[in-house]
Amino acid sequence: MNLYLIGALVFWLAAWALNVWLSNLKPTRLTKLLVPLIFGITLLVIWEWVVRGLEVKAVLLPPPSMIWERFISDLSQLGFIQMVFADGPISFGCGNSKLCADFVQTFIKGALSGYFIGCGAAFVTAVAIDRSPFLQKGLLPVGNFVAALPIIGMAPILVMWFGFGWQSKAAVVVIMVFFPMLVNTVQGMQAQTAMQRDLMRTYAASYPQKLLKLRLPAAAPFIYNGLKISTTLALIGAIVAEFFGSPTVGMGFRISTEVGRLSLDMVWAEIVVAAIAGSAFYGVVALLEKATTFWHPSQRG
Amino acid sequence: MSDIVIEAKKLSLTFETNDGPVHALQDVDLTINKGDFVSFIGPSGCGKTTFLRVMADLEQPTGGSITVNGMSPEEARLKRAYGYVFQAAGLYPWRTIGGNIRLPLEIMGYSKENRVRRVKKVLELVHLDGFENKFPWQLSGGMQQRASIARALSFDADLMLMDEPFGALDEIVRDHLNEQLLELWAETNKTIAFVTHSIPEAVYLSTKIVVMSPRPGRVTDVIESTLPRERPLDIRESQEFLDIAHRVREGLRAGHGDD
Repeated sequence: MNLYLIGALVFWLAAWALNVWLSNLKPTRLTKLLVPLIFGITLLVIWEWVVRGLEVKAVLLPPPSMIWERFISDLSQLGFIQMVFADGPISFGCGNSKLCADFVQTFIKGALSGYFIGCGAAFVTAVAIDRSPFLQKGLLPVGNFVAALPIIGMAPILVMWFGFGWQSKAAVVVIMVFFPMLVNTVQGMQAQTAMQRDLMRTYAASYPQKLLKLRLPAAAPFIYNGLKISTTLALIGAIVAEFFGSPTVGMGFRISTEVGRLSLDMVWAEIVVAAIAGSAFYGVVALLEKATTFWHPSQRG
Repeated sequence: MSDIVIEAKKLSLTFETNDGPVHALQDVDLTINKGDFVSFIGPSGCGKTTFLRVMADLEQPTGGSITVNGMSPEEARLKRAYGYVFQAAGLYPWRTIGGNIRLPLEIMGYSKENRVRRVKKVLELVHLDGFENKFPWQLSGGMQQRASIARALSFDADLMLMDEPFGALDEIVRDHLNEQLLELWAETNKTIAFVTHSIPEAVYLSTKIVVMSPRPGRVTDVIESTLPRERPLDIRESQEFLDIAHRVREGLRAGHGDD
């Protein structure tokens, strides 16, 4: 036993005791924040000291401090406005920061554009399907079929079609998010009660009026479900698609090449960026949901 | 002739189900005049709700004829001839109380200031002023039901179709709402068709009581009430009231003897 391992054990027990004590206090905003924070810090500390104590090779698992160093040293190379002028308009002020350039390439260009195109197309399709029983019978099984295609198989084909740039990544994301969004929206469009529908009928409401004032509001909780599921799918799709061909930038590209160069700290730094971006993306959609579907029983609490 | 609001002749409606046809309505003849308060009373399955839904063009009859304001129910519906109050309030939870009452006005294309004025007026009519910006789930069941009545009143249709609007409410709230409904009827001079399965409610409210029996749904008795239009709650202890209630009960019992 060495000091690192003993330290990790002591820290773990101390943090555990602290959290148990905090959980038994009257729940306040502070304790609600502190308990998961202490939990997270404990995980990092145990990770750090166990890796050091057992002398795990950085290739297998770098300690968090090393990942953090890499993260900071990369971000310290962030460029600012003058760099944009020097590099041309595409650089977004990333300077020499690889993490930033990868983030822009994969998340902003690949995942976000694919997300908006895919969710938008699915939404429009769902509204169209809803109006026509023929499309509902014809398109949903086809959608099912497309959703069942393995994305790993489709990605290289889409790279062939749309090139190495972000466009092929956006295409993969479109395919990934389309179906969950479609199914959720179609289901949501059926989510009114018979009474709510009858009411519209007694008012002799037109189709657009029914759509805007009843069906879409009633479908909102389902639509948000589709949007939330799609946030994580979009990021996964954009990263995985880069494994099959990309310019020399992008989170997926970086992960696959840096693994080859055994610099696992960079791989982990990318994972940190992906985790932050993914959580933030999900969080923004969840906040939007809370703000607009506050009336739904699941949001009222 | 122009006084007739609803006229049904030999009206029948048969639902085809997997267990064979269900005769929800059979050979129903009925006339409702302008300004009448007509209650439909009978056990479950006697077709009283179905009859109301036929008037509202929410169900299609399979035989006989029916007119609403001299038109087919569909034409009447497209002309927004009636306000319908359902068994449950059925307010849209994403709209405030004011927003729910505004809904028919928005659909029917009323101007903004007209909408504001009408919402204010009907909220006062049902004694819900001050609750305009609350959401439905923040109100009690009785208040929600009053809001749904306000919603049906907002566009000022001459005919109100009410399907057991107070069925889910307790006795005290129900008495209170019955009183308010009578007041409202006196103020607005509307024609009201009201489905209930409470004998006191039917007798207290109505100028005409239609007693129905189930399987097949048919009218067994039509009672013209002799009570005055002005009705305090304690009229329910008068001999006249009890006599009418007795006749309704007899009618219901006769209907039950059939099966």
